[in-house]
Amino acid sequence: MSTSRKGEPIIEVEGLDTRFGDNVVHENLDLTVKRGEIIGIVGGSGTGKSVLLRTILGLKRPDAGRIRVFGLDFSTLPEAERRLNEQRWGVLFQDGALFSALTVAENIQVPYREHLDLSQELMDELAAVKIAMAGLRPTAGTLYPSELSGGMRKRAGLARALALDPEILFLDEPTAGLDPIGAAAFDELINDLKETLGLTVFLVTHDLDTLHATCDRIAVLAEKHVILVGTIDDMLRSSHPWIHEYFHGPRARAALAGK
Amino acid sequence: MAGLSSREAGNEAAEPASYRAGIENRVLRLEAAGNWSIVHLNKVDGELRRLVASPGEANRAVIGLSAVSRFDTAAAAIISRTAARLEEQGLRVEFEGVSEAQHLLLDKVGSLGEPEPVRRPPVPAYLQILGKIGETLLAMAAEARAMLGFVGAVIVTVGRTIANPRRFRLVPFVHHMEKSGFDALPLVCLLTFLIGAVVAQQGAVQLRQFGAEVFTVNLIAIIFLREVGLLLTAIIVAGRSGSAFTAEIGSMKMREEIDAMRTLGLDPMDMLILPRVAALTVTLPLLTFIADVMGLVGGGLVVFFMLDMSPGVYITRVQEAVGFWTFGVGLVKAPFMAAVIALVGCRAGLAVTGSAESVGAMTTSSVVRSIFLVIILDALFAMFFTAVDI
Repeated sequence: MSTSRKGEPIIEVEGLDTRFGDNVVHENLDLTVKRGEIIGIVGGSGTGKSVLLRTILGLKRPDAGRIRVFGLDFSTLPEAERRLNEQRWGVLFQDGALFSALTVAENIQVPYREHLDLSQELMDELAAVKIAMAGLRPTAGTLYPSELSGGMRKRAGLARALALDPEILFLDEPTAGLDPIGAAAFDELINDLKETLGLTVFLVTHDLDTLHATCDRIAVLAEKHVILVGTIDDMLRSSHPWIHEYFHGPRARAALAGK
Repeated sequence: MAGLSSREAGNEAAEPASYRAGIENRVLRLEAAGNWSIVHLNKVDGELRRLVASPGEANRAVIGLSAVSRFDTAAAAIISRTAARLEEQGLRVEFEGVSEAQHLLLDKVGSLGEPEPVRRPPVPAYLQILGKIGETLLAMAAEARAMLGFVGAVIVTVGRTIANPRRFRLVPFVHHMEKSGFDALPLVCLLTFLIGAVVAQQGAVQLRQFGAEVFTVNLIAIIFLREVGLLLTAIIVAGRSGSAFTAEIGSMKMREEIDAMRTLGLDPMDMLILPRVAALTVTLPLLTFIADVMGLVGGGLVVFFMLDMSPGVYITRVQEAVGFWTFGVGLVKAPFMAAVIALVGCRAGLAVTGSAESVGAMTTSSVVRSIFLVIILDALFAMFFTAVDI
């Protein structure tokens, strides 16, 4: 992370089309994410925010267009190289997506066991560090996912996403379902991690407070593509009806007033 | 590990992590160099652990990071731990050449405190076995109690429904009769037909050795009407419908639909359980009857081809071989088995807790339990009928 320049493009999406049968989700969508920023993706329900995330991650094949992450087109990379570069990102799915048969610590150690050759002692120590970093209490390492609350599952999922010190962190609705205190703590955690680890964060969210608290830039998904990318001030100035409604609605005013 | 270097492709040259250590004037100098990222740290970590365990004469330590090209959380954790261990040994620890980013990381990791153990202390094997036995026994007792309570609740519901027949839900009753009875017909018919044929064929081959192949008819008739027709049908129905009951009710429980019913003043006993139990109790005897017939047809076909016995003779011989009660015994057992299958299936569905895994687990256990109970019940009936001489 030392020599990689901040601000260079790290995710580039060009002319992306995504379809499910006859249902067109994205049409000619362009988006560039810069290294070291937190970008928030907003949009109404069904505008394909999560689909965009899944497409960038290669979980869904794009119907047209090009996606480059770290300057690499993953769809044309040889298998071995693709796997290797996939270790450079971490993903937090909506409900944590922890492996239910493993404890939290074992979940975090999955990428270590799979990709690296570390002593058990070091793996345990690192798992404990990640658990503490994600803001879980130290004893959480021995628990199984079914023994965790929703908020703890998200933090455990985050700890696993951070296992290999990724360069990009993808977060799918990280604060959905958390109480306001937990959500605010999560916002703070994301800011903190971005500062200390030099992360780029790709954040899909509905939470206006999170947008205000964390995002450097916001991309608005509507009408099947990104209609505006900019700072929160750009959003507030926009005259597009949906953006205006979203950022000037009663909930948005409340979120702004809290600032 | 061949590809590890390309993990840093586009970053700096990836010479692996290393360090130099030396003691001068009672000062331990640790100079870290190279790529201190998690992929390269296993060896360094082991060496550092040994080094810190016996730091020698030193009373001061200086850790230099200026030659480190890459420094991640794992590196920070190792350096931070090394510093802490040295301090425990009474050394004063200083850092040198720490960049701003490294400083941030070290501070962060340092502020997290000592890592806690992440695995539970191992339990001795004999305690694990004892614990397992105890847990299983307690679970069985709890389950027996719950099942008894559930059967009681169903009986009460049946009583209430008899007193007030308008409570009975006719539409779901008919729906479940179709699903667990009528839809099971092809499978039951095919399987019992085939088993009937197989039993006849095997029986004929064995009995021929004694010149008694005509008794093949008695074999088929008695074995099917008394036991196999019913058992086979009950096992098929337990696998088909008992599991379906558990899965349906279980997923409703999981999605809080059953709670929603209660809040709307609907009794799940009336809505879900009773129609299923009643439907199965009615359809299983009917299915058993058809299974008996199909078994006899299968056997008859084999007898026709192997023993050249005409259908007319076959039917006459069947009538001679069995009295009414041979047939009656099979049919009398059917409603009881049906009730067991339905009750176990419904009860397992209601026992589902929040997660999707629990639906799967309860479905498996409901099938296993109902087949087990069906066979136990059959044995009890056999003892009973022997005692009353039927």
